[in-house]
Order: sequence, then C-alpha cells, then structure tokens
Amino acid sequence: MAEYKWPDADKRTQIGKRIARLDGAVKVSGKAKYNSDLNRPGMLHGKVLRSPHAHAKIISIDTSAAEQMPGVKAVHIINGVGFEIRWAGENIVAVAALDEPTAEDAIRAIKVQYEKLPHLVVDHDLKIAGEWATPTNESKKGDYEKGFAEAEVIHEGVYGMPVITHCCLEPHGSVTEWEDDNLLVHLSTQAVSGIAAQMATPMEIPAGKIRVKQDHIGGGFGSKFGPDAWDVAGAKLSKKAGGKPVRIFLERDAELMVAGTRPSHYAKVKIGAKKDGTLTAWQSESWGSGGPNGSGSPPLPYVIDIPNQSRKHVSIANHVGPSRAWRAPNHPQACFVTMSALEDLAAKLNMDPLEFVLKNKALLGTRKDNYADELMLAAEKIGWKKTWHPRGDKTPGPIKRGLGLSFHTWGGGGHASDCDLVIQPDGSVEVRMGTQDLGVGTRTALAIVAADTLALPLEAIKISIGDNRFPASGGSGGSTTIGGISASTRRASLDALDKIFEKAAPTLNAQPAELEAIGGKIQVKGDASRSLTWAQACAKLGAMPITVRGKNPGPGPLTSQGVGGVQMADVAVDIETGIVKINKIVAVQDCGLIINLKLTESQVYGALIMGVCWALYEEKINDQTTGKTLNANMEFYKLAGIGDIGQLEVHMMTGKGYDERGVIGIGEPPAVSPGAVISNAVANAIGVRVPGLPLTPDRVLAALETKGGR
Amino acid sequence: MNAFEYASPTTKEQAVKLLGNSWTEAEVLAGGTDLLSLMKDHIVEPKRLVNIKSIKELGGIAGTAKSGLRIGALVTIQELLDHPRMRKEYAALVQAAEGISSPQIRNMGTIGGDLCQRPRCWYYRAGFGLLGTQESGEPLVPNGDNRYHAILGNSGAALFVNPSSLAPALIAMNARVKIYGAKGQREVALEKFFTAPTTGSQREYDLQPNELVTEIIVPPLARAKSATYEVRQKEALDWPLTTASVVLTMTGNTVKAARIVLGHVAPTPWRSTEAEAAIVGKAVSEATAEAAGKAAVEKAKALSKNGYKIQLAKVAVKRAILLAAKGGTR
Repeated sequence: MAEYKWPDADKRTQIGKRIARLDGAVKVSGKAKYNSDLNRPGMLHGKVLRSPHAHAKIISIDTSAAEQMPGVKAVHIINGVGFEIRWAGENIVAVAALDEPTAEDAIRAIKVQYEKLPHLVVDHDLKIAGEWATPTNESKKGDYEKGFAEAEVIHEGVYGMPVITHCCLEPHGSVTEWEDDNLLVHLSTQAVSGIAAQMATPMEIPAGKIRVKQDHIGGGFGSKFGPDAWDVAGAKLSKKAGGKPVRIFLERDAELMVAGTRPSHYAKVKIGAKKDGTLTAWQSESWGSGGPNGSGSPPLPYVIDIPNQSRKHVSIANHVGPSRAWRAPNHPQACFVTMSALEDLAAKLNMDPLEFVLKNKALLGTRKDNYADELMLAAEKIGWKKTWHPRGDKTPGPIKRGLGLSFHTWGGGGHASDCDLVIQPDGSVEVRMGTQDLGVGTRTALAIVAADTLALPLEAIKISIGDNRFPASGGSGGSTTIGGISASTRRASLDALDKIFEKAAPTLNAQPAELEAIGGKIQVKGDASRSLTWAQACAKLGAMPITVRGKNPGPGPLTSQGVGGVQMADVAVDIETGIVKINKIVAVQDCGLIINLKLTESQVYGALIMGVCWALYEEKINDQTTGKTLNANMEFYKLAGIGDIGQLEVHMMTGKGYDERGVIGIGEPPAVSPGAVISNAVANAIGVRVPGLPLTPDRVLAALETKGGR
Repeated sequence: MNAFEYASPTTKEQAVKLLGNSWTEAEVLAGGTDLLSLMKDHIVEPKRLVNIKSIKELGGIAGTAKSGLRIGALVTIQELLDHPRMRKEYAALVQAAEGISSPQIRNMGTIGGDLCQRPRCWYYRAGFGLLGTQESGEPLVPNGDNRYHAILGNSGAALFVNPSSLAPALIAMNARVKIYGAKGQREVALEKFFTAPTTGSQREYDLQPNELVTEIIVPPLARAKSATYEVRQKEALDWPLTTASVVLTMTGNTVKAARIVLGHVAPTPWRSTEAEAAIVGKAVSEATAEAAGKAAVEKAKALSKNGYKIQLAKVAVKRAILLAAKGGTR
C-alpha cells in the first residue's frame, strides 16, 4: 500500500517549482473558448426584460407584441403577476430571437404595469434603515467594561466600506440546448459538478439528464456557484424553441446590477490599551447590507483576539441586487475595520504599529509565530525601519508618503474531490475530474501532481476537466480547490503507480514494494540497471487501460487548513487633490505546501490588483430617489489600470514549518488585506484617517478638512 | 438600438441636406466612440445617421506659424498628437489630448466629436433626460448623487459638466469654429459656441440641427506659453475630475495677458476672467498662481456632494499656470 504523503523536498521534481500555466498559449492566442464565445449551430439569442424599479409589485404583463414580432422564437415569463420585485434589474421576462437586436426590440415591446413600493438602496446611515434593519448578532467575551477601565488610552472611530460588485470580465450566463430530453448547459460557472442538481428542480428533469460543460471561465470570485434565473429561463426558452441553443449572457449593466455584490460594512469602534500597548478591550457596533438578504456578520475584531469584547451587528435588508460570496466573504470588511482601529490606536499611543502588533503577538492565535516571521520579512522588504514615520509626512510639498500594515487569515482546506487517473497500455496518462480552472492554474496543478508522482514529464499528462461526466469535484469556493484536487490526484497517482509496480515487478525480478518511479522509468529502488521505461512498464497492462479513483478526503496528511499573511503598503498622497497612488505593496503569505510557486504568486498578484481596485476606486453607487445603480458601466464603476497598480512584491513562505501542513488554498487570503493596508498607509502619509473606502479624492480631502488646514 | 437610415455623403453640402430640421431626425457620425453607445441605450434615437467620414475637406491640419492652424473637424485626437508643430507651439492642446486616456478613443475620436459630445451625467445616461428629471419634472441632480457635477455656472437647470477634453485648451487659445449649414457658412468664437441648455430638448452648443462643425481655427501661439493640467483619479481610462488650460503671454516672468479656461466644472467650458485678472501683471510664483486658483473658484457653489471639486479646480488652475510658466513640460 502506498504511503499517502507528499514527497520530501529533495524528491520533488515538479511540485513547488515555478511552472508556467499549461493553458497560457491557448489563452493569449485567443484559441481558448469561453462559454460566452460559443456560437452553436442554429443558436438563438436571449434577452431579459428587467425591472426599472427597486421595489414594486407586478400588476400585469403583456407579451403579445413581442410574441408576434418576426424573428422571436420563444417568450418565457420568469416572474409573473403578483411577484414582488426587490431590486432594480430583477428578471421579469426572457425572450429568444434569431439575433440580439430582435431580442432587444422584443423585450422593449413587452408592457409591464408595476405598483411602486417604497425602497431603500443606501446603507451608510443606520438611522434611515428603519424597519429594514435587523440586529443579527450580539456577543460578549470577558468583561469589556473592566477592559476599558483598565485601558489607559482609548480610541473611538467610525469606519465604512460600500457595496462593490465582482465585475467578472466574462459576464454571467450560459448557452443551453436540448438533445431529445437531455439538457446540455454551457455555463460560466465555478462549480461544474454541482450545477446539475441545482438545475434539476426548476427544469423538472432528473439531474442525470443534465450535462454541464466549461473549458474556461473569465472570472467568478464567488459569484458563479449556481445556475441563475436567466440560465433556467434560457433552458426553458430552448425547450419552447424546439431545443435550439439559446445564449443568454448578461450585458455589462446587468452584470453590475444583478449578478452579485460584496456587502457593505460600517462600524463604530472603541478600542483600548495600556500605555505600553497591551490591548485590553474592544467594542463594536456594526451594520451592513447586501441587498434583500442583508449582510453577514464580519468577525470583529479580526485575527487579533482582544481579551474583553462586546460586539453587535445589524443587517440591513435593502433593495439592491443580492450579495453573493465575494473572495473571502466577511474578511475584507472585518480586516479593514480592525486594522484601521489598531493603527489609529497605535497613533494615539505614539507607537510604531509594527511594534504595537508584535507587543500583542500573544493575541494572534495558534499561528502567532508565523505572523511574527511574516511581519519581520514584510517590514524588511518594504523598508519599514527606514521609511516609516509617525503620522503625517512632514516633508515639504503636496505629495505625502506613508506606510501601513495589515494581516489576515483564511481556512482553505481541500474540498471533496474524486479523481480518475487513466493509464493506457501505451503509457498515456489522463486525469479526469469534474473540476474547473478558474484561471488560477488548476490544469497545471493537476498535471504537476500526477507528473511528479509518476516521474513523468508534464506534457505526458492529459488533463480532462470542465465536464460533469467526469468524477465529481467540489465547487471552487473558499479556496478549497487546490487542497482537494491535489490530494485526490496524488492518491490516484500513488495507487496507479502501485498497480504499475505490480505489473512490472515480475519482469524486474523484484517485489512491487521494492520498486520506484524515477525519471520516466520504473526501477528497483536505487538500481538503475534494473529498470523498465514507463512505456515498457505500462505495456504489461495488456490490452486494457486501468482507471484508478483517488478521493479527497482520504488517508494521509495531504491537505489541512488555516493560513496567515501580512501585507505592507507604501503610498503617495497628493494632499491638494486627494489622489492616492500606490508606490509599492509587499505581500508575505503562507499556504502550506505549494504545488506551483509561479501560479501561487500569480494568485497573490491578482488579489493585490483586485485590492487596489476596491481600496481606491470601486463603489456601487445607488441613487435613493430612482432606486437605480448610477454607475452600472465601466466608465464610472472604476477599476485600476496597469498604471494605477504600483509595484507589487510577493513572497511565499515555504519549507519547514509550512510544507508539512499539506496543500492549502490561496485564492482568498491575500484578497483580504489590501483595503486595510492601503488605508493605513494613507493615514500614515497624511496624518489623519480617511474613514471610508474607496479612497477617492472627495473622501481624502474631506478627511484632511477635519484635520484642519492642509 | 432602433433601426435607422444610413447616409454617407462625400461633400458637406450633401451632408447638410441629409441633416434634419429637428434634433430627433438625424445624428452626425464621425468617430462614433460615443454616439453608438447612446443609440444602443436609446438615449438618442435618430431616424438617420449621416456619416461624415467620407468628406475629405473635413480632414487635415494646415497653416503656418504666422497664420495659425486650421484643423479639420475629422482630425483624430491621435493625428493632433502626431502633428509636428503641436507639441512645440500648442502645449496646452497636446496635454489636453494626452489626457484622453485610451489609444482606441484617440485613434477613432475626432476633434469635432470631442467638441460636440454629449454630457456624461449619469442621470442623462440612465434615461432621465438631458437635465436629469423625474417624470414629475422634479430635478434629480440637486438631491441626488452629484459628485461629478457642476460647481460653476450651476444656477440654471443644467448641472452636468461639459465633457470636452479639448475645448478648454482651444478656448484658452482663442480658437474659432467654422460651421456649415443650410444657410451657408458661419464662424463663431469657440468660447461662444457652448451654451447651457434650459430645457431637455436643447443642445449644449450653438448648432442648428442642420449644421455641421467643419473646422477649428487656432491663432498663432508660438510666443505664448501654455499648459493644461488635468486632475484625474486614475492613470488608466478615466474622466477628468477637473481640468484647467492656460495660455500666458509673458515678458520675462511677468504675465502680460492670460486666458484661463476650466473644464469639467460647469455645463460649458468655463473661462475664468477672475483668474486671468489675478495673474495678469504679476510675476508667476507659487503664491500668485495660487491666488489665481482661488480667484477662479470665488463664484463656485457646491452642490450636496461635489464640494471637493472646488478645491480641485483651484489646484488645477494653480498647477496649469506653474506648468505653463515652466514651458509646458512637467
């Protein structure tokens, strides 16, 4: 029996190296087909009529003009008379037509009468939330009153960040079609194996009749775990149109209005410490909203377990498109509030925040030593000792420079995953798995694990994913993919190797347990003179391939959970214009054993870039009078361009203390800190906290105004 | 997008005949970088599109250092930037053009289109009409999200900002615009070309529905110093929060004459005679430039959410003056 563990560092041939993504060439050349690129034979184009009102009841719907329009092939009412609309952009009627303009004309020809109802689309002020606000969480720990009594310095502040969207480059949507009574769904999804079960009920067919395919996805970030109402509508339109493929992908405005958001978060915080920096108490009253389902309750205080705490959270259920998981749900909000309050308190204590955090290291939980190591390493890379100064850059001129720090955590243990490893008698190897590559390098990771285990070159491994006919593997959420798919593939590869050893052993005149795979050969351990090439060994299989199933969870310490990371930012703020520029961000991050160093770092770069976007620019701007999102476009829903990102430096913690933890996910943790770290750096630069994100000129100038003069 | 008739005349005479007598009849298609989006969103719904790109006489840049420049309405932003005389003699215009932050827009967008483009007000773009009003007629901007709206010239019904990137620089240069229409040719100072509409059916410029901007005349500027300073949050693809263009005629370090025009602060490009008066006769210094900036916003009036733009306008004027005095190079 194989021993289910990762190879020791000196035995790794592919694992942990810097390996370029296998699908890089097809992506940059445009050969890679995303589901939104598909143009299936006879394909119809679907459009969805959306509610112009944020809160209303549907009184009547008249689709007759649309139905009679030449070129219109099917009309489907998604939400009918009597339905209560709870956000602007809610789906009402879907239409399929021969081309997009006709479908567009058809939805404009549908007449809907609404009874308008009162709406709330803003959330920054708890007082105006009224009946839509619900206390959801109240908890205490220790004695916070005693904690504040012991405190010698107390800071109070209010912090907030607005609702933002996922803004996937490839919008949400699908191409759906029927083959007899089987449904084929080309969906842009983070969960290839999990879609059929979710779609079976609304389609009223067995899940086994639903096939889901996706080769590539243009971003999900937590917003693409299910089929959406428009995907179900597409399948129904297809059925009505005799099974013809129907394409519905959201327009950019709909993508920004209805395809998911990250909830806002606002918090009144009181935090106390002794003069030497020892933290004694935390009190927070927070609120937030993410549409009709309200908001989650971010874990305050974040990471740092202050001894005495009192926390209250209120969730506002308002009339904006509903929230969805957004890269590390609840963590960016908790991190921004906590790290801001810590930095503000450090400033009041006249302490360097780095020293302040280290002083309270004991509160950083089980991985406190890792955090300390990461803090020191990040400090060295950003030049903390040399560049950090007490609050307010005193150098002349309008450009002020500052440094900030933040830290974060995440789980990221591997999800359930089945892997079929198929070995053909000619030596071909294929990994089959119903997983998906979110653009993070899943294909490459699978090939690395199989190749390293079987001692073959990467190109010898064929990777087949993105189809729910392959063995089921979990959805890509919670940073659970790499732990799951690497473990199941490692187990499958080790078991497959055992089978090859069994077949090869007689020829090599040895016991299977005496064999090893090394450099494309199967040989007696340590004796290259008694070996078979991989192809010769596989030929012993006879005529039939073998398929070996590896599973996660399963035996052996291949994946675990819980990671930490530290980020530090160096920013320049023009105090006359309030414009913030990023000089540099350093990210030091651990995530257990790394399968592919290059693409792991890429994940961190991506998280930092996304973080610069929401720290400086992103905000879903909703208009209380009209109930509409005013910036549902790429002009005023601002994202960073390459010139806005600054220099990014990523360092992954590897080796002893990290590798033996097994493989842990990386997608989310580095996306937590950017808002906090950039805000802290800005406060350090200009000498005053900008209490809200994004750090736009109006907010920065308003904060400077409160400080008095410039 | 509604179905429309498409015409592609080869002379301006033909073009003008194809334009209608009311604004709902026809739209002029030049670069098309914005018009097509407006049509797709049903913000404008012309019955006919008159493509003017085949009219040769509307292209090209001509002129001498003595005579100044004649810029055809179809000259693209990139052609403007690539013209050998621009960078040396018309720094403010080059800097304004460089602020148009995507190569695609610079390659397709034309100078005529930049001058005649429609406001970016998000109420207008969401279908609430040019002035942004509810069905009841109640204006949306004053109590709504007006963070990008006007701080000057905002006592009327129009609260959007004029979106032209080039107009402030061209007005500072005392440019004139040639217009051809059913009644023949006319020429107006660009400064007088822009208007603040009082009803939603008006346009933001002095054009009749059957008139066409044909060229822009820029006087010689070889001896003046000019600059444009743009306050823009992002480096990448973004609208200015405010801009200032200045043209200074100087003797030594002393300003003899000045033209100072702000952009993105008012429903029209905003010439600030107050700022001009503050700097004329003075030597350019941080203090005098700052005083001119202050003068520029003396009459500014913040709406509920755009007070910060007053500060930005002040800084833009100051920095544009300092930049111009330095010779226009940052």
